[in-house]
Amino acid sequence: MNAFRDAGLVFSRAMKISLRNPAWVVIGLLQPILYLALFGPLLQRVASTPGFPPGDAWQVFVPGLLVQLGLFGAAFVGFGLIAEYRSGVIERMRVTPMSRFALLLGRVLRDVVVLVVQALVLVITAVAFGLRAPLDGILIGLLLVGVLGITMASVSYATALVLKSEDAFAPLLNTFMLPVMLLSGIMLPMSLAPGWLYNLSRVNPFSYVVDGARAAFRGDFAAGAFLAGSVVAAVLAVVGVTLGTRVFRRETS
Amino acid sequence: MITAQGLKKTFRSRRGSVEAVRGVDLSVEAGGIVGFLGPNGAGKTTTLRMLTTLLEPTEGTATVAGFDLRANPVGVRRSIGYVSQAGGSAPEALVGEELEYHARFYGLSRGDARRRSQDLLPQLDLAGLDTRQVKTLSGGQRRRLDIAMGLVHSPGLVFLDEPTTGLDPQSRANMWEHIRRLRNNNGTTVFLTTHYLEEADALCDRIFVIDAGLIVASGTADELKQQVSGDLVQVEVASGTEGDIDKARGIAAGRPGAEQLTVDGAVVSFRVSRGDEAVVGLLRDLDAAGIALSSLQVQRPTLDDVFLALTGHALRDGSE
Ligand SMILES: Nc1ncnc2c1ncn2[C@@H]1O[C@H](COP(=O)(O)OP(=O)(O)O)[C@@H](O)[C@H]1O
Ligand SMILES: [Mg+2]
Repeated sequence: MNAFRDAGLVFSRAMKISLRNPAWVVIGLLQPILYLALFGPLLQRVASTPGFPPGDAWQVFVPGLLVQLGLFGAAFVGFGLIAEYRSGVIERMRVTPMSRFALLLGRVLRDVVVLVVQALVLVITAVAFGLRAPLDGILIGLLLVGVLGITMASVSYATALVLKSEDAFAPLLNTFMLPVMLLSGIMLPMSLAPGWLYNLSRVNPFSYVVDGARAAFRGDFAAGAFLAGSVVAAVLAVVGVTLGTRVFRRETS
Repeated sequence: MITAQGLKKTFRSRRGSVEAVRGVDLSVEAGGIVGFLGPNGAGKTTTLRMLTTLLEPTEGTATVAGFDLRANPVGVRRSIGYVSQAGGSAPEALVGEELEYHARFYGLSRGDARRRSQDLLPQLDLAGLDTRQVKTLSGGQRRRLDIAMGLVHSPGLVFLDEPTTGLDPQSRANMWEHIRRLRNNNGTTVFLTTHYLEEADALCDRIFVIDAGLIVASGTADELKQQVSGDLVQVEVASGTEGDIDKARGIAAGRPGAEQLTVDGAVVSFRVSRGDEAVVGLLRDLDAAGIALSSLQVQRPTLDDVFLALTGHALRDGSE
């Protein structure tokens, strides 16, 4: 049986169920829009501080929000999988001859589509707030969010499938996500940070993705930051999907 | 349809290991309803999950529907249906949608999947519920949807893990009818687990009794009952006089293989392996001796007696 046909089926089933209950899609959107409305104006004042990266405040802030959406939007999808596991849906799919890879891929694709739509709404709202950026930069920013979503969703599903319990998954997620967010420069650029903090943030691969997305929003595709961000995002996706597939194959073989 | 040799499953965790299944041998012919009877925790679900490729056996081999479990799990999956103890439909999904997708997971085209689920829904008394959300179904309806999903690709062999647990008596009787129809009309081999003796007795053509991870007996319900203790034959002497009762007692004692002869008032009772056969000669001899009866009863032993005799404990010990 064809793995991509299978993944398509898993995708469309999952999508239908998500659309039937759009509450969490809306909640996922509301958060970045609140940031835009309640934190964005604050950032305008900081934009004149020495050390603030090039570009206007929105060009710096919106790519950060997009990456945040990619990270958080997809990191929590594992909870849905635990619910599916509990209701017996995963087991029911496992006794079919479907490709095991498709069981993962179909769900990840659903998450990525939801994420990119959310990102699109975010960008359009940001334009209303005053964002001005080259179109190709914005599109590449959206692409980065999608790639990040693939990574995070795969890893989230794999972790959830191993733990099989919300009580174990939630604390792990919190422990991991908070430092990743603080050290990525999503809210305030890390170029404002003292030396030791800046150096620490360089260990966090997601900080490169944020810098890359900012370069894209400036239209600065020749910048080293853009190249580094793209490469890191691609490598993370390969690692995440490989890990996810491995765990799915093992746990569902 | 199924052969298994020495299937074992040991779950290991930090808190020690559990020998859930300690060595199961099975041989199941095609056709009929096969019951896997045992108390909670006996290892029924674990065995079923091994036979359906969901769980890798710690030891042992099995061939299911013509395919080796380890060498060709996909072949097994294609040929069997499985309905887990917990069911497997998403609460937010629509009934018809969930059924059709499940059919397509088995490779049916969109059109075939639609036709098949339109056939199945009324067969399982779910007509008109296509567009209902799964969470709005009653317990019995939901269980029938689970069964429909197990049948959607018309498998020759279907595993049902406790298909009637949690159902009210009426829904249970109704479910039995559906399972019988599956055997009678479609020739499907049904392998089901149960911890209800009445269910195994009423529904299954053949029973495997499992206790503490081991098969302790197998056969038809009648064979199992015969294996353990004979039928109980009771006659009540109409006249009630001591002389008649004594003669009746003598005649009963003369039945080949009669055991545990007792007299209680005008009632003479004894156990014999085939009560239905013994009673023919008994009536003839009593008649010849001029003894009239006011009642006659032949009681088969229950599976409860069987289980107790085989395992030394009652089926409901420590369960539920
Ligand atoms: N995943 C598991 N990990 C550890 N122990 C298990 C697991 N699944 C079942 N068991 C144990 O194996 C035994 C048999 O369980 P099960 O096959 O579910 O019994 P049944 O279906 O007959 O009620 C029980 O003692 C149960 O606690
Ligand atoms: Mg069970």
